Amino acid sequence: MSGSWPLYEVFVRGKRGLNHVHVGSLHAPDDEMALRNARDLYTRRNEGVSIWVVRADAITASSPDEKDPFFAPSGDKVYRHPTFYAIPDDVPHL
Amino acid sequence: MDNAYDGLVEDGSEERHWAFGTGFTEALTGVDRAVPPLVDHDDLAAYCLMLGDDALVLAQRLAEWCSRAPELEEDVALANIALDLLGQARMLLTRAAEVEGVGRDEDELAYLRDEREFRNVRLAEIDCGPGPGGDFGTTIARLLVFSSWRLALFQRLTGSLDPVLSAAAAKGVKELAYHRDHAAQWVLRLAGGTEYSRERIVAGLALVWAYTEELYVTHPVEAALADAGVGVDPAALRAEVDDVLDTVLRAAGLDRPEVRQVAALAGQAGRDGVHTEAMGYLLAELQHVARSMPGAHW
Repeated sequence: MSGSWPLYEVFVRGKRGLNHVHVGSLHAPDDEMALRNARDLYTRRNEGVSIWVVRADAITASSPDEKDPFFAPSGDKVYRHPTFYAIPDDVPHL
Repeated sequence: MDNAYDGLVEDGSEERHWAFGTGFTEALTGVDRAVPPLVDHDDLAAYCLMLGDDALVLAQRLAEWCSRAPELEEDVALANIALDLLGQARMLLTRAAEVEGVGRDEDELAYLRDEREFRNVRLAEIDCGPGPGGDFGTTIARLLVFSSWRLALFQRLTGSLDPVLSAAAAKGVKELAYHRDHAAQWVLRLAGGTEYSRERIVAGLALVWAYTEELYVTHPVEAALADAGVGVDPAALRAEVDDVLDTVLRAAGLDRPEVRQVAALAGQAGRDGVHTEAMGYLLAELQHVARSMPGAHW
């Protein structure tokens, strides 16, 4: 019967976390039950304070075939990191 | 190592990895365990057994679904609910044992009592599946009725003069609210699903409804402890539970089942230790290992 239930991706925000992190996936008959299933599957060890679920078919993902044109061009541009500044001595917390 | 969780944490690190989960607490830490003055010890022990047995027996029933639920996700959900109830049972049986004061512990109460000494309502013990006794719909129907009733009971029990009962109830309320929600969600979906799923939930509700009257019968122990401000008179729960159940049934487009109640035996039922035929089989499975290998550890 699993074939008839859509796949959902689950994101949990931990107590110390600022952002939701992808933790896994599950099957559910609808959005509400997906949220409850996520609670039962992914927060039973006290991991989370917030859950997002989204149908997997609603996610647009980059393709492994496009890996080079997508990601390789940024590989030689280390200057995009904001680390090329001299930090003044009297600015300790920058 | 006292705590397996410590093994997951890096030495000297205050930042524990979020994925392991943090901030675990014990519900009864720091709770005064002295029996309040003027409360009869035998009554309090018996009362804790009643509420503890309700949870222990239904936990056993729900655990029977492990690896047999219609979906993997639901398998885990039912097991989680069973574990919540088992936790409630442990707190209550431990309290019963210490108040009784004859040297028994929670394990002896769970594993070494005979059927007539169990005080659970019969709704908790009947076979609602998996197997010939019922199915997922029947199990959900029972869970809806049981958790609605127990939630109403525990909400009142948070005001108990016994600090242990009060703290155990406060923990249980959050768990039971989820159990009730889970059951209600499924009643809506089964009723609104296919013709067959609707048939199954209607049949399940009819089966378990025959054990609902017993939930509101006041046992002398419950009456005495309600008077003492320690327990809850179940008769006082009826209006609220009816209202909750009617709300769910209305939303699902279902009628309240009209069925004949399963009679008490000479006026006695679960709270008196008089159970259905299913109870002996349930206890055989629950107690078999502990009785075959007394004192075994693993």
